[in-house]
Amino acid sequence: MDKLEPNFQEGGKLHKYWPLYDGFATFLFTPGHATGRGAHIRDSIDLKRTMAMVILAMVPAMLLGMYNVGFQHFRALGEDAAFMDTFLYGALKVLPLIIVSYGVGLGVEFLFCIIKGHQINEGFLVSGMLIPLVCPPDLPLWMLAVAVIFAVVIGKEVFGGTGMNVLNVALTARAFLFFAYPADISGDKVWISGNLVAAGENSNVVDGYTGETALAQFAKVGGEVTHLGGVAYDSLSDFLMAGFIGLVPGSVGETSALGILLGALILIATGIGSWRIMLSVVAGGLAMGYLLNGVAGMFPDNPYLAIPPFYHLIFGGFAFGAVFMATDPVTASQTPTGKYIYGFLIGVLAVIIRVLNPAYPEGMMLAILFMNVMAPLIDHYVIQSNIKRRLKRTKVLAHA
Amino acid sequence: MGNTINIRKGLDIRLVGEADKVIVQGQMPEIVAIKPTDFVGIRPKALVNVGDEVLAGTPVLMDKHNPAYQVVSPVSGEVVELVRGAKRKLLAIKILADKETRYLDAPVVDWKAASQEELCSYLGDRGAWAFIRTKPYDAVAFPDIKPKAVFVSAFDTAPLAADVEFLMQGKENDFAVGLEVLAKASGAKVRLNLHDKLNTNKVFTEAQGVEKHLFSGKHPAGSVTVQAHHIDPINRGEFIWYVHPVDVALIGKLCSTGQFDATRLVAVAGPKVKKGKYMRTVLGAQLKHIATEDNLEDSTFGNRYISGNVLTGDKEGPEGYLGMFHHQVTVLAEGKHKEFFGWAAPGLNKFSVSRTFFSWLMPGKKYALTTNKNGEERAFVVTGEYDKVFPMAIYPVQLLKAIHTGDIELQEQLGIYEVSPEDFALCEFVCTSKIESQQMVRQAHELLYGELVQSMKEPVH
Repeated sequence: MDKLEPNFQEGGKLHKYWPLYDGFATFLFTPGHATGRGAHIRDSIDLKRTMAMVILAMVPAMLLGMYNVGFQHFRALGEDAAFMDTFLYGALKVLPLIIVSYGVGLGVEFLFCIIKGHQINEGFLVSGMLIPLVCPPDLPLWMLAVAVIFAVVIGKEVFGGTGMNVLNVALTARAFLFFAYPADISGDKVWISGNLVAAGENSNVVDGYTGETALAQFAKVGGEVTHLGGVAYDSLSDFLMAGFIGLVPGSVGETSALGILLGALILIATGIGSWRIMLSVVAGGLAMGYLLNGVAGMFPDNPYLAIPPFYHLIFGGFAFGAVFMATDPVTASQTPTGKYIYGFLIGVLAVIIRVLNPAYPEGMMLAILFMNVMAPLIDHYVIQSNIKRRLKRTKVLAHA
Repeated sequence: MGNTINIRKGLDIRLVGEADKVIVQGQMPEIVAIKPTDFVGIRPKALVNVGDEVLAGTPVLMDKHNPAYQVVSPVSGEVVELVRGAKRKLLAIKILADKETRYLDAPVVDWKAASQEELCSYLGDRGAWAFIRTKPYDAVAFPDIKPKAVFVSAFDTAPLAADVEFLMQGKENDFAVGLEVLAKASGAKVRLNLHDKLNTNKVFTEAQGVEKHLFSGKHPAGSVTVQAHHIDPINRGEFIWYVHPVDVALIGKLCSTGQFDATRLVAVAGPKVKKGKYMRTVLGAQLKHIATEDNLEDSTFGNRYISGNVLTGDKEGPEGYLGMFHHQVTVLAEGKHKEFFGWAAPGLNKFSVSRTFFSWLMPGKKYALTTNKNGEERAFVVTGEYDKVFPMAIYPVQLLKAIHTGDIELQEQLGIYEVSPEDFALCEFVCTSKIESQQMVRQAHELLYGELVQSMKEPVH
């Protein structure tokens, strides 16, 4: 490694590719840089470690998501499959998504680093994992690639790279897919792997199987769900348990509240994810849920209003968004007070969009993106109050 | 004394190599140096030439911005070199020290009878004024600008810091006189800040004529700006003076005996020091005479000698010199090693404020940290880190951004006058993106200080 280094340094033949070399070198070995000016010792943490922890936190949700992809597939066919077969089916569906996401995203990232002569930032390591987890399992890979390119270039690099973006990169990719290819990322037909539902009569799908998500069901019948996508549940608690563990149709990583909860514990325990944001998103969602329950009687046409608020936490992308998306430090509010406001409003907005918007039963993505845009404004007002206190003190002094 | 002010936000970095309370009489160093660079914002002018004989107490350096004070020689001997850098900027005045120090025979001032002005000019001429610095800026005080208070922090919470009470042994009377002199010279009240665990000595707890405040908690509780923030915040246009207790005693001794006594105890500490101890030496002594080689362990990439502590001290080689305001020399290993997949290792041996390394399972463990940065500099990503170690009602990140964009008005609104570069040392330590914030604040202060100096020169219409 040390032998290669001179080639990439100033004046070396491959100096243009220094960012690439540096990226790989520091991936393999922690860099040997010593402190110069400033504090002589430094905390052991760096951005690589931070990002590695976030990826680690996503692993439970990812593994349970893989299993669920297989589970949904075989259940739609009415077949019994062994545990390993189920998991392997899902893994083989999800891994290509992950590989394409990383391959394309890192490729774009490297390209920009070489053009600009920047060091390679670790930001995409997390985005690259998040994107496949918020997509349906059967998403065509070329669409994913296009979305990743869009998100990295328009969502991040045009602002100056990691740390400078306004919108969450992974959600930018998802929003791109959502608006560019709505047929492939919404509706009832995309959540079961194998194109079973879309193929309709020609496939071997169990009779009456629809493949809709729990949220779509809520919009139709409210909280008293006894069967979902053609699968009947013995009781409501069985249904809730399925939702908690993650055995319902949905995007890859968002279905398992259990896996996400484990991830949240890792993020909070290591101090990397903001518990303030997670807590306030949940609080905002519950508060809005109860409020809508209160007015549900007035609008009998919309059964979604009356569902118990905690359903919002278990089903759909709410939990995943709260833990992995809303907490993105770059696009969230930066001040502690701002984080509470930011998170709370995400929760409120997500539930409003879910319940009151007739077109689409999910609202987490749009809620977070909207609050990403509002986050600097929240911070501005939080900081203004600090400034005003200081000004007041000076004025009192001037009059004294 | 009012209520105890508890500093909850902050961090005590647990390093190995604390100094034992043993005093070793150091040899008289051969070469002693005065470094103008120790003084913020100084425009230095040497008052001596190579070959001149000086006594301990002879003025050797002045500040063209602030001619009210002179820096005097800590030892007697011969000026051997004026070290100059780019644009002939004076970097150091080197003095070949006598074996026995001869002191300048200065008149003793009757400080009780003298007027405030007479007292200030006595301190200025005799080298004691140079130890009185101001917040904001950390520059030596201007006699024309009256401070709103004089702050004396009786404790130091920095990593491996010298025990201030131990440094004060035998200086009790001088300290008491020094406090009175400061009260008179400033025309303001003297605030003596104590720590509930670190201060038990009567020299501090029973000091007279001062207003005492009690602090508790973590580093940076010992920072004067942190203390001021909680007692009496510094507003725009206001100044406080601050003096280290050892220097208060130096001022006291000068006023009662006429002698400029620059001998001091220095803590020798750090992970690479075999036996941490206190060395009796003199200001400006060469570090290799303080942290002697036989007391150091070897390390692969060499050792770093720091005048001061690991967070805010100056990087000096073994040939470097003890800074004017330092009471500690720290030696640690240069950390140029590379670690295979270090970012993925469990990290039982890695100190971190975050709990991303399993070392958090061992809360009492002490670490032999090196100078390794543990990562490359990145754009600012992780939020909320600085707030945990920044015990003031100030938004550190937003202030740094205002500095970065050069928006002075916003800096003022966000509290630039209430902070010092050293307050950002812990931010720098914990920063995931390895951003060097002390330097940013220092530059912002230098700019503002330059404007202050300029405004003082302009004739009043």
